Amino acid sequence: MKILTKWLRAYLPPLPVDDAQLAEDLTLRGIAVEGIYSLGEGNGSLYEMDITTNRVDAMNHYGIAREAAAIYGLELKPLAVDLPAAQPAASPYSVRIEAEDACGRFTARVLRDVTIGDSRDWFPGAEVDTYFKLLEQKKISNAVDATNFAWLAMGQPTHAFDLDKIEGGIIVRRARKGEKLKTLDGIERTLDPEDLVVADHARPLALAGVMGGWDTMITPATKNVLVEAAWFEPMAVRRTARRHGLHTDASHRFERGADFAAAPVASAIVSRILLANGGTIEGDLVDVRVPALEARTVQRAPVALALSEVHRILGTTVDKEGITAATVENVLTALGCTLASSRSEHAAWQVTLPSWRLDIEREIDLIEEVARVYGYNRFANTLPSFGEGVRALPWAESEAAVRRTLLAAGFHEAIASTFCSAADAALTAPQPAQSVPLGNPLSEEAGMLRPSLVPGMLAMVAGNLHRDVSDVRLFELGTVFSGTTEKVDERPALAFGAVGALPEQSPLHPVRPIEFHDVKGVVEQLLARFQSRAVYFDRFPPEAGLTPAWLHPYRSARVVIEGSTVGWFGQLHPTEAAARKLKEPVLVGELYLDRLYKLPLRKPAARDISRFQPVRRDFSLVLPDTIAWETIDHAIAALQIPELVEWRVREVFRDKRLGAHEYSLLLGVTFQAADRTLREEELQSFHAKVVEAVGKAGARLRS
Amino acid sequence: MTNEAIPNLTAFDEAALDQAFAALERQARDGASALSSPEAVEAFRLQWLGRKQGLLKDVSDRWLKAAPPAAKKPVGERFKVLKELVETLLDAALGAGPSDAALAAEAIDITLPGTRRLTGAEHPITRTLNEIVSVFAALGYSVGVGPEVETDFYNFECMNFPPGHPARDTQDTLVVAGQERRAQRDRLLLRTHTSPVQMRTMEQQPPPVRIVIPGKVHRNDAQDATHSPIFHQVEGLCVDTNITFSDLKGTLDHAMKALFGSSVKTRFFPSFFPFTEPSADVQISCIFCGGKGCRKCKQSGWIELLGCGMVDPAVFAFAAEKQPAYDPKKISGFAFGMGVERIAMMKYGISEIGQFYAGDMRFLGQFA
Repeated sequence: MKILTKWLRAYLPPLPVDDAQLAEDLTLRGIAVEGIYSLGEGNGSLYEMDITTNRVDAMNHYGIAREAAAIYGLELKPLAVDLPAAQPAASPYSVRIEAEDACGRFTARVLRDVTIGDSRDWFPGAEVDTYFKLLEQKKISNAVDATNFAWLAMGQPTHAFDLDKIEGGIIVRRARKGEKLKTLDGIERTLDPEDLVVADHARPLALAGVMGGWDTMITPATKNVLVEAAWFEPMAVRRTARRHGLHTDASHRFERGADFAAAPVASAIVSRILLANGGTIEGDLVDVRVPALEARTVQRAPVALALSEVHRILGTTVDKEGITAATVENVLTALGCTLASSRSEHAAWQVTLPSWRLDIEREIDLIEEVARVYGYNRFANTLPSFGEGVRALPWAESEAAVRRTLLAAGFHEAIASTFCSAADAALTAPQPAQSVPLGNPLSEEAGMLRPSLVPGMLAMVAGNLHRDVSDVRLFELGTVFSGTTEKVDERPALAFGAVGALPEQSPLHPVRPIEFHDVKGVVEQLLARFQSRAVYFDRFPPEAGLTPAWLHPYRSARVVIEGSTVGWFGQLHPTEAAARKLKEPVLVGELYLDRLYKLPLRKPAARDISRFQPVRRDFSLVLPDTIAWETIDHAIAALQIPELVEWRVREVFRDKRLGAHEYSLLLGVTFQAADRTLREEELQSFHAKVVEAVGKAGARLRS
Repeated sequence: MTNEAIPNLTAFDEAALDQAFAALERQARDGASALSSPEAVEAFRLQWLGRKQGLLKDVSDRWLKAAPPAAKKPVGERFKVLKELVETLLDAALGAGPSDAALAAEAIDITLPGTRRLTGAEHPITRTLNEIVSVFAALGYSVGVGPEVETDFYNFECMNFPPGHPARDTQDTLVVAGQERRAQRDRLLLRTHTSPVQMRTMEQQPPPVRIVIPGKVHRNDAQDATHSPIFHQVEGLCVDTNITFSDLKGTLDHAMKALFGSSVKTRFFPSFFPFTEPSADVQISCIFCGGKGCRKCKQSGWIELLGCGMVDPAVFAFAAEKQPAYDPKKISGFAFGMGVERIAMMKYGISEIGQFYAGDMRFLGQFA
């Protein structure tokens, strides 16, 4: 919103401050001046203002002048409303309010024999030409400009009708089903029975409080004018405006509450300017009011205000004297309130509220006004006393452990979109048909609440590869959504994606690409943070239909902990990789953290380290391809030899000298006792047991 | 090892003795100076000090024992000197370890870069969220969270945005499909702010409340350099008896100093939020120019950072439906909220908000 300081100052006695200081003082009191532009010698400045939506009363020159008057304790000049004497009318112009819930006041003034023409500076206080030029406000005609002038001056919407196009008189009513109205923007609108209209005895003339009608608009040929200044109920205007997709200056003001008392004043301002180019007034101002709405606005009951309450809410001031009864009285009086001493024990005053401040309704609203005009920065900085112990979220530690593990493994944390396409939702939803669509998505590609973090992860991995960043390691900790449009469930999840080289950079050693078992290692380390012995990974044949469709069926694994599936990971399915133009094999996975977080974090516990020499033995095994490491692993575990403290695969390799479907595996075993040095016979016995066990499992010792 | 035998001593006069021992001394020194490996040192030790065949044993056996009685003493003295020399040379050889030449052969290029095991970087939003949360944790605030999909009631109505209120226009909302037939307050939407968690917390817990709420929020806004439909907020709520506007000021002044440095100043402006009254916007003195005015603060010396205010009694009235202790006549409180992206962009010099959500390794790697 644009404001001229030249116009502001016209409403105030000489101000002791310059435009920059005035801007600063207004801004610190919530009437924010965002920019100041000098308009040249004698023209003052243009303020670019940002007024909060609750302060519609201050979105005009007089409203801001009122704020300045309150700040500096000055007397505000009243708006000039003196009009030439009226010619008598045969009878008052006919105005009827049918929609008494929606129109509180309607004033009509008849002007005869006016001359429609160009606007100029008509008289002191009506510098239409000068002000409009400075504001870059387009001039249209003296009649339309007069209504715009009143709007810019005091924020009351008015409308000028070509009186001769009105049949019979004015009726403010709801539209009838199927009625049509061509509005000033040239659009022919079909009205809704809920729409509020200003009509004559034959048809609707205007969308009340929103926009005038085409048929009754002022033209160069207009001779006689009806000036409307009214008060419409906020919700009625809001609904009408919304239904027709309109947002006008008038609707903006009425929706937020106009000044019930302003209509006659605005009507006088418009009439005075129009008559400056000739013409006469016919009859008195017709002023129809609805008592029920008048009682809710201009005649509101006073609000009780206690000084103790002001202090209880606002606290300590920098100034020792602080906020006194005199401070409260001065601030509120300057803002247009009337204060009467209260007889109540709990209140010092009964405050009668100004008609233009419908945002003030309660004691707290008055306290805010006191704080605002007194100055927020004159309050001290104090700290409340301590309350109670601080509680962390129950899963905060678990989440931190997960994050730390992935960071340590060289994965960067990322945050992806909360939304995905319907196709991606169908592909990745852990529970099919449990995805939730949005009613007004940002785009078709973002039409669903993500049921999985995988789509976002794949998009980020692809984004990197397409930007020629070849080494990608990302994870996201985020919320996934399931359920229905009736009830949406939210769960925490983890996704990770990786492609390219391992996170090790050395010019001396070859860098190898990250692969399935690297990612599996990260998952294992992650699970090892939690208290559980029962962790395993498995895989299903494609016909089981259990493996998520986004995973390569033979290069992926399900993660199970304590009997519960906590996630899936592996190589992205080649079909999906091709669809996303990904040439490198991408590793991707998702863990359901809500299930993982049910387990407590592992608590470290120390045990004594044996001081007796460990003995290491290697077994070179040959296995058919059908026998997985897990079989050997289980066979050795089943031996349950306490002195067999560790066993692991040291190497897996294929050798031309072996059969076509065989591979070689080097098994490293460590024997150690806590209480003695192992004897040779014992070792020989353990060795024999291991050989027997792996033999039964299907392996043979390599000769 | 076999040593070359030492010559027989034919004369025991002083000059003959000196000559004989000097020859041995020279041999020891020459031998010691050529030692280049631990093996060679060991060989030198055996050559001279070997118990069965060492040169010194030979000297002892053949020169000392064969000496006539009158020459025993001078031979013995010279033998002792020689033995000490050999031991000294041996000690020196053992202490020095391998020769410089041997070491030089093992030289490596220490100017090549070290092997780096790359660690991951916490997302700048996570990092900033955690920083903010820990500042308030130190002031006695617990952490609270709430759902990202909210009802109209929690997101708007109980935060004093009545149905049809123009204030709702300021927060363009993404809604879940198919809500038209439901009662307004039950309609599901993506929360536009973290404020609903204020109410969820108060419904669960009578005063006192001190809670800080980090979270993701969404608005139906077009993306540009500083706006994103996805962003994060940290909300705070403090409710107790005798909580005042000056407490709000002091708390946020302290928090801003903790986050941006002790020289930062704050100032408060009247603003409007439906759920607080009085409401304020808070500016901090520009962290780039210290308040002198620069491009970052548009020459004003101030940067707008957060919104706050005293909890509106209408909000307490909603809370009192489940927890009667929220009687606005007896308790009071303040709430505040800040945009995490904006703070992170300022702290780390990020120019495009979209970078937070693109997952670009090059961007994220800067925060390791």
